[in-house]
Amino acid sequence: MDFKAIQERSRKEYQDRLNSPTPVIYVGAATCGLAAGAGELLKMLPSELEALKVKAEVVPVGCIGPCCFEPLVDVQKPGKPRVSFMQVNPRKLKTILEDYLVKDVMHPELALGIVGEGQLDGVPPLTEHQMFKGQMRIALRNCGYMDPHRIEDYIARGGYIALEKALKMKPEEIVDWVKKSGLRGRGGGGFGTGRKWESVRKAEGDIRYVLCNGDEGDPGAFMDRSTMESDPHAIIEGMIIAAYAIAWGKSRAEGYMYVRNEYPLAVKNLVLALEQARKMGFLGKNIMGSGFDFEIRINRGGGAFVCGESSALMRSLEGKSGEPRQKYVHASDKGLWDKPTNLNNVETYACVPEIVNKGWEWFSSIGTKGSKGTKVFSLVGKVSHSGLVEVPMGITLREMVYTIGGGIKGGKKFKAVQTGGPSGGVIPESMIDLQVDFDELTRVGSMMGSGGMIVMDEGDCMVDVALYYTRFLEGEACGKCVPCREGVRRMRQILSRITEGKGKMEDLALLEELGRGIQIGSLCGLGQSAPAPMLSTLKYFRKEYEQHILEKKCYAGVCASLISFMIDPEKCDGCHLCEVYCPTAAARGEKKKVHKINPELCIKCGICYDVCTREAVVKK
Amino acid sequence: MDKIKIEIDGRKLEAEKGEYLLGVCQRNGIELPTLCQNDQVTPEGRCRMCMTEIRWEPAGRGRLVVSCLYPVDQGLIVDTRSENVMLVRKTVLELLLARNPEAKAVREMAEEYGITKSRYPEDSEYGKCILCGLCVRTCREVVGVEALGYMHRGPQKEVGPAFAEPSPVCIGCGACAFVCPTGHIVMTEQGDERKIWGKAFKMEKCGKCGRYYAPKFELEWMSKVTGVPYEKLAVCPDCR
Repeated sequence: MDFKAIQERSRKEYQDRLNSPTPVIYVGAATCGLAAGAGELLKMLPSELEALKVKAEVVPVGCIGPCCFEPLVDVQKPGKPRVSFMQVNPRKLKTILEDYLVKDVMHPELALGIVGEGQLDGVPPLTEHQMFKGQMRIALRNCGYMDPHRIEDYIARGGYIALEKALKMKPEEIVDWVKKSGLRGRGGGGFGTGRKWESVRKAEGDIRYVLCNGDEGDPGAFMDRSTMESDPHAIIEGMIIAAYAIAWGKSRAEGYMYVRNEYPLAVKNLVLALEQARKMGFLGKNIMGSGFDFEIRINRGGGAFVCGESSALMRSLEGKSGEPRQKYVHASDKGLWDKPTNLNNVETYACVPEIVNKGWEWFSSIGTKGSKGTKVFSLVGKVSHSGLVEVPMGITLREMVYTIGGGIKGGKKFKAVQTGGPSGGVIPESMIDLQVDFDELTRVGSMMGSGGMIVMDEGDCMVDVALYYTRFLEGEACGKCVPCREGVRRMRQILSRITEGKGKMEDLALLEELGRGIQIGSLCGLGQSAPAPMLSTLKYFRKEYEQHILEKKCYAGVCASLISFMIDPEKCDGCHLCEVYCPTAAARGEKKKVHKINPELCIKCGICYDVCTREAVVKK
Repeated sequence: MDKIKIEIDGRKLEAEKGEYLLGVCQRNGIELPTLCQNDQVTPEGRCRMCMTEIRWEPAGRGRLVVSCLYPVDQGLIVDTRSENVMLVRKTVLELLLARNPEAKAVREMAEEYGITKSRYPEDSEYGKCILCGLCVRTCREVVGVEALGYMHRGPQKEVGPAFAEPSPVCIGCGACAFVCPTGHIVMTEQGDERKIWGKAFKMEKCGKCGRYYAPKFELEWMSKVTGVPYEKLAVCPDCR
């Protein structure tokens, strides 16, 4: 079947579903949705529909982004737009089905917005929602809108058109487009994608490897998982185009996707997508009749953070242990099995088809001088709206936190943003008008990294934040080179001491000296950036470190050794909640009388503080 | 190979393009400290002691590289004792001194850099192993049996036979103990028995002088890879 026919058939199928004479129910069923309870909803839907005697199609879709509103269930009735309902639980699902689906009674407070075209009284379009308004979706263009298990959905939404177009272009021209588009690697390094492709194309070799890095491991970053689960074909199409641009007329090409094994749904959806692409003739021999052959295999990583580092990833693919290699010869010349190798991140590949479709001029018109296009961030932490958002480069931190993020939860005071995961640093409130792009983040001592963005408020202790990331890196260090293996461990020991109130002022100078030694002495990028969380918090929040050391105080109320809990007798109404939840029976009191916390028994877990409804528990 | 000109610590020197910087230094009597290097095995850049600062213009920005893996090129300017280089070396030595206080090689090198006591608390669980990996590389590349490898990761990384069990492929040659810079690997001999990595080997007697000189396993392996008949190897090196 030729591509035109495939397209027509796919479009018809997709349109038929949009104009379906029976209702269609879309359930956000990426891992995030399932974790929030979508699995239970999917299970109960068939019997609920049967009980109501309604025939409806249930379509599990990927993730549209707003974690804070999950699980999401969208209902599309004949002749009506697709309405997305938020934070759906079994009880709410029954209400939605009985009232809206059967009786056509809408409860606007349950609805998040309208997905796609159409209007409905009382429900605004999703694109008008505060969290979506400032977004621009390129990499996430299909996520949550379509069924990731159907290649037809992807094709109907414009998929594989870029591949067809690319196969008629000269490979050099594609490389040139990607270069001029200004696309930079989305995995952390930010190296020019087109420049990388060009070097791999120019390298000598009888085979070229095209690899996709899906070993996302930064705490708090999940855009790659979501993309692999929700729109696998976007990545696959990007990889095929890259392979053609890099290898056609030069050598054979082979592709590998390195996906961490902790992402089983991503692996499952990718395997299925690859099979479908093969069946359609987009992969394998003689792709779309062009004569170009390319195959992609999936390799599952064993769960080592360091295997997201390019040279360690290649060693792991070769079947060796995941240790980085000192590279004075680039992977573009000698990478996987010492052959020319191109490694890009999931999000980078997902951008490629759009660049081919809409042209480099379009892509390079978005963003800032040095950072073009959009970037997906996982906006998490103390913001009201958490989730995956894709925004043009150059957006300010203020817009991210206060507009898209909806401000700080619970009306608390904003303190800092952590970007770039364990390789990045914190940015203090004084820099809230910073324009977020590769170069600006590096300038202030943080980095783009994979795009994690953790918002912190006055209740977050910066020494504890540094300790958290340092401990993570200590556990994930491969152990090859001395500065990272031994140095990060010592950094963690010193930080632990400080949070326990046992720090000395000399420790701060030692931390700075050690941090610098690790930065310039370590073998790979992960080691070199390992001191960043500590160094940046020490730079911008030195006072907090000093308070821990000199005053033995953690004013954020986080470091257990430095705080104590007590009950304000003025506020306590003797509701007994603290006693019920206290795991060590430290909080005690008679009902309706003021309670007390026994400091001998208190383990400072903070549960009483969290459960008290009258703010009677105070941290000191 | 193309001859090129480079400058190390102000000395103008000749080298071959692509040659590793450490080799150029060693050939010209410029001493660089190393803890994980041996000419017989592939360099890996684990210890970071041979780091030097390179630049392409006299006033250009310096960049730290590990000399054991850095291929030289025309016009390279090298500073082997810059401030940054010294910081890395001192950091590494102070860290290793705390990890392996028993390791004499580390203590002596640290002293050369003015470090007699580490500011970090001393460890006791790692013995003298600094994880230089020389034993692993020697076993794989020189002996060719791959009896040794790494276990775990990070600070808990350990060298040894797979699953820390006596290795079925180890030939008891003791090359690992020989290259170990700190004496962490212990090999003992008593009568006709040699013990290493928890495995005991029966030794062969020299046909001439009568002393036990090598495990039977090792001689069989040597005979197999070299093609020399076993009987010819049945005499100790001293009597050959």
